[in-house]
This record gives sequence, structure tokens and C-alpha cells, in this order.
Amino acid sequence: MPHDSHDHTDPPSDLALRVKALETALTRKGYVDPDAIDAVVDTFETKVGPRNGAAVIAKAWTDPAFKRRLLDDASAACAELGFSGQQGEQLKVVENTDAVHNMVVCTLCSCYPWPVLGLPPSWYKSHAYRSRAVIEPRAVLQEFGVDIPNNKEVRVWDSTAELRYLVLPELPAGTDGFTEDALAELVSRDSMIGTGVAQA
Amino acid sequence: MTEPQSFSELLPNTVGEPTFNEPWQAQAFALTVTAHKQDLFTWDEWATCLSEEITADKAAGGPEDGSNYYALWLSALERLITVKGAATEEELSGLKQAWTESYLATPHGQPVQEP
Repeated sequence: MPHDSHDHTDPPSDLALRVKALETALTRKGYVDPDAIDAVVDTFETKVGPRNGAAVIAKAWTDPAFKRRLLDDASAACAELGFSGQQGEQLKVVENTDAVHNMVVCTLCSCYPWPVLGLPPSWYKSHAYRSRAVIEPRAVLQEFGVDIPNNKEVRVWDSTAELRYLVLPELPAGTDGFTEDALAELVSRDSMIGTGVAQA
Repeated sequence: MTEPQSFSELLPNTVGEPTFNEPWQAQAFALTVTAHKQDLFTWDEWATCLSEEITADKAAGGPEDGSNYYALWLSALERLITVKGAATEEELSGLKQAWTESYLATPHGQPVQEP
């Protein structure tokens, strides 16, 4: 049969069509508003991300009173800086020291502190990271290029729907006199998951 | 049993990767957040449902690198929505077919109308 490519539009992938079907069903019944869906996409593509978390860490490094509040009630302290919302309600900050290195995983799904880190990187959502972070954290850290000396304890925190974690990395050496903004530049996403360290 | 792979080969540098790799992933994510905000389900119920999909996928030998994560996410959302009675499976498959037909009936370059 002759085929004119201009007389139709190729449907998107099966997955995309399933999403459209869900959206249409829920919209028609008034469960969701398409504008609200677009607003959520916009928020996560442009407004939340690890820069938020980096600002929190830099403030904790320079303001001891803020750091105490952050360790005491992280959700409230982050809200002071304007970072709050879903998946940030019950947040706990775990502090790296010269004796302890913390790293975060979600063994069951992919719970992650969205308001301060945005959405998780692909490796955080992999079966490999989920299982290996718990079984052999030091080996996983090495593959991320992080060598933890044997005399330093590695603590692995398993996020849940109720409680999510953010790592407070150690302040890098050689940063005396750095402004808060300059310090925030040193805070990588991975350093706040614990699969990296902050570096000057 | 899958051989453990190193993260460096399994998961190349992901700094600067886009939040979503394809638009449908963003839509599925946002649809879930929005439906939750409308109290269609609790976040705990959502996390449980997604965990079940992920656990089943791992047991079935799904990819280790998380590349099918949003496909699992979508399956979890479809299941939760039907369990909650907000839509039936028949309804969703009917709407999917209707969308397909709407695309096929739309001349290239024209906006595709909701069926």
C-alpha cells in the first residue's frame, strides 16, 4: 500500500502512550490538573537540585549556630533557607568527621531528599548500588574514587519514605577565608550522598 | 547471579545528566506527585508499590544499571491507580488505543488532539 508519511503522526513509544492514557483518565475524573503536572515538571527541571544542598552545607560550615540547628532538625533548618516541600519533610543530616564517613542509599526504591538535592542520579536508582552499598560500601566508595582509611568507620544510611538523609561533608583543608558562596562551589552532589568528598 | 561490575564501567559519569531522559518520564513522575498531592494515595503507599516493582524486576533479572527505572515507576503508578479504583485496566488500555489512533489520524505537523 502506498504510504504518505505526511498524512499521519507517528505515535510515541508504548511507555509514552501509557503515561498519556493515565493522565487522560485522571484528568477527566478531576484527580489531577494538567497545569499542576506541568508546574511539577518545571520545578524539578529548573528549580531544585544539588545547588540547594550545597548552600545548606556551606552555611553549616560557616555558621556554627545554623549547623547545630541543622543537625538537630534538618527539615526546619533547610526551610530557613527556603528549601522545603515533598520528600524534605523528615530530613536527617549526618555529619562526616575524621572518624566517620557516612553514605546514603535507598535499598527498597529511591527515596531521596528532593528539596535539597533534586532527583537522584541514575546510579542511585540502580539495583547494583542499592544492594552493593550495604554489602560492600568500601568497595563501592573506591569505585567512586573515594578511599576511606581502614581506621575510619563507614556508616551506611538506608533512606525510607519516612526519613531521608543528607551527608554533611568535612570542610576541605585550605579554605580559610573562603566566602559562603565560594565554599558552596566545593560541595558536589556526590559529597552530600557520601559517594564523594568536598574538595578545595 | 550477575557478576558485580564496577560503577565506573556500569555507570559512566553522571554529573550533568538531564533530570529526565525522555519527556514521558517527567510526565509519569509529575503525575505521581500531583495525584499524591490530591490525596489519591499516601507517599508510603507509593513507596511500597514502587519497591515491589523494583524487587520483582531484580528477581526477574532486570538491568542492573537502573535504565528501566521509570518503566518500573510507570507500572507501579498504573497498579496503584487501579488498586485505588481511580481507573480500571480496561479503561487505561482503551485510552492508550484511542491516543494511538488519534496520532495516526493527525496529519504530520498538526497538534494531536486528546481522544
